[in-house]
Amino acid sequence: MSAPRMPIESGVPDPFQYMHPIMARNFGTWKHHERPRPGVLCHTSKNGEKIWTVRAGTQRQMDVYTIRKLCDIADQYGEGYVRFTIRSNIEFLVGDQSKVDPLIQKLQAEGFPVGGTGPSVTMISHTQGWLHCDIPGTDASGVVKALMDELYEEFINERMPNRVHITTSCCQINCGGQGDIAINIQHTKPPKINHDLVANVCERPTVVARCPVAAIRPALVNGKPSLEVDEKKCMCCGACYPPCPPMQINDPVHSKLAIWVGGNHSNARGKPTFHKLVAAGIPNNPPRWTEVAAIVKQILRVYKADAKDWERLSDWVGRIGWPRFFELTELPFTKFHIDNWRGARRSLNASTHIRF
Amino acid sequence: MSKPMHHTPMLDQLESGPWPSFITGIKRLAKDEGKPYQDMMIDLLGQLEHSYETRKGYWKGGTVGVIGYGGGVIPRFSEVASKFPASKEFHTLRIQPPAGMHYTTQIIRQLCDIWEKYGSGLIAFHGQSGDIMFQGTTSENVQAAFDAMNEIGFDLGGAGPAVRTGMSCVGSARCEHSCANEQKIHRLMVNNFLDDMHRPALPYKFKFKVSGCPNDCMNAIERADMAIIGTWRDDIKVNQAEVQAYVGKKGRKYVIDNVISRCPTHALSLNDDSTLTVDNRNCVRCMHCINVMTKALDVGDDKGVTILMGGKRTLKIGDLMGTVVIPFMKLETQEDYDRLKEIAESTINFFAENALEHERTGEMIERIGLVNFLEAIGLEVDPNMVSEPRQSSYVRMDGWDEEAAKWFARKAEEKTAKAA
Repeated sequence: MSAPRMPIESGVPDPFQYMHPIMARNFGTWKHHERPRPGVLCHTSKNGEKIWTVRAGTQRQMDVYTIRKLCDIADQYGEGYVRFTIRSNIEFLVGDQSKVDPLIQKLQAEGFPVGGTGPSVTMISHTQGWLHCDIPGTDASGVVKALMDELYEEFINERMPNRVHITTSCCQINCGGQGDIAINIQHTKPPKINHDLVANVCERPTVVARCPVAAIRPALVNGKPSLEVDEKKCMCCGACYPPCPPMQINDPVHSKLAIWVGGNHSNARGKPTFHKLVAAGIPNNPPRWTEVAAIVKQILRVYKADAKDWERLSDWVGRIGWPRFFELTELPFTKFHIDNWRGARRSLNASTHIRF
Repeated sequence: MSKPMHHTPMLDQLESGPWPSFITGIKRLAKDEGKPYQDMMIDLLGQLEHSYETRKGYWKGGTVGVIGYGGGVIPRFSEVASKFPASKEFHTLRIQPPAGMHYTTQIIRQLCDIWEKYGSGLIAFHGQSGDIMFQGTTSENVQAAFDAMNEIGFDLGGAGPAVRTGMSCVGSARCEHSCANEQKIHRLMVNNFLDDMHRPALPYKFKFKVSGCPNDCMNAIERADMAIIGTWRDDIKVNQAEVQAYVGKKGRKYVIDNVISRCPTHALSLNDDSTLTVDNRNCVRCMHCINVMTKALDVGDDKGVTILMGGKRTLKIGDLMGTVVIPFMKLETQEDYDRLKEIAESTINFFAENALEHERTGEMIERIGLVNFLEAIGLEVDPNMVSEPRQSSYVRMDGWDEEAAKWFARKAEEKTAKAA
């Protein structure tokens, strides 16, 4: 028997071998850029060279035929070089301006929306969900498809005050990340424990240690070693579920969706911010999640009408204040919006600054 | 002839609408007569529809890998394999993309051919981890798929308690804001820790992300254990003719309302002749004015990076931002890059030895205090690390005089170095 093949530990591939030659040639010498139309960027280097980028939305999970179609478009209408953005948009790079319009037309004809640049609602960054994850409360790919159908016009136009980054996450770990608007699963009931399986499947001390509020303790149930949850302490975060699948946290009715707003990764103007809870108790309703879409669209409608140019959602709320946000969006403000977790006092208003 | 398609009325509804449909793509694979993945994709659609009906997921983990590595494959076994046997195994390979996610169509086609042969034909560009996700293959085919990709220059990414796949922005390759060589930093960091990536043995995950400027398009501060962000310390470059042209085009009111008054430290002033004065000592390099007036304003020449540590998502003590541990360092010479490597090495070594199981760097720093962490990895305190000094008087102050003397000695040293 021959020796097994050992891996070549090559790590991160060198990008220069795949980079458009104009980008490689002008590496580090870019001077400025313009956006001639939504979905198109034109960068000019200090050497006078230009490169055009045509950005299109994708479904992220792509079959090889879709990917090859994108490659065919890049070969026939572009210059054979593409890259992807962090939000799963594909970018076609061309040095020849005359290729831009035919490329756009071909992409549109093949059903790929061109946009996602500047003050638009770009593609939603999302987690995996029912298609592949082992702990999902929903199907992020489905939520995203349903929402992007609704927000299509905002992707292909640049008519928001500033860019809008939406994210979704299928559990409260929030792998989807922070967003101007985040749509995340929020569990509302403690896990249902299958005591027959715990002893065989779960490393019990690890599970006890995983609980953020120390609500889990070892117990003997029906003569078998298992775990029990202090249901009054439990805040239904689901952290125990990954290390112990018999502690089922997902529930078809009680796993709800919540909407958070104001997350911003950029240091522009203010410091980066985390998103804040604005709506909860929204049913997890496949296949089109219409209740979620209605609230997201309502928030975007108000933001678009009321925010000033260059205000990200967090900047806008910072200016108008949270009371006005709830008034304008007609969302209920409840006791659940007042934080009681670490450092909560910092989120309380210790002043007489009140807008009337 | 393949098995019949499952009835999928809910998924079918995701085929309508203007946005590209992942369901249509999966169906194309399920209808791909004679392909090895056809039955797998038929049953995958069946299981997914079952999830849509019952609002539950049906995948569990397990142990699947490739020879020589302990991580990088995400094993998935179906809990409803009796109903959907052909997709009972549906493992994912996390493959690291080239830094900055650049591709030729030729290399993408090669990857597609490999996945058509050994996998499901379904690929995600890219997952939240920053990997290309090759989604869906059997335990038997994992090794062959990896070998084929490995032979053309691709390697598995991170999973589990390991150094994870990094991310870097397009940066110097196409962006005028870039203050660093993002792809070089990204590759230097991750490729220095491949052992910690491929053989998971850390307390929990450790992520590097690199953004070329404070716009932080890679969400590094929010998401990375070690965020390396390009910045500059000399003056913003102002092209006064372009400023005047911009004011001419947009009007003084627009520029005052959208640029001047949006500066977080009031460091901008529009002169009567529509030129711009910048108070560079008080500029915090937020990027706003440069973002708005890309032709007129530019980052400075004395470039380097700011390093923040401890960013992470919600589990388990709530979301944490990374915080500054190095306000500024140059990245020009080999020594500079070696120094960056050393900082990463001492951080990961300390993390490996001192973090609790399943504790991220940010949580560890919160538990032990920033000062203890800085002392452990050999960094000096700096007022740029805080928004404000302490408010609580409940602290032991032994050694105040020595610490104050250290500060003055450091300042004197910096002054001498600057003069030299």
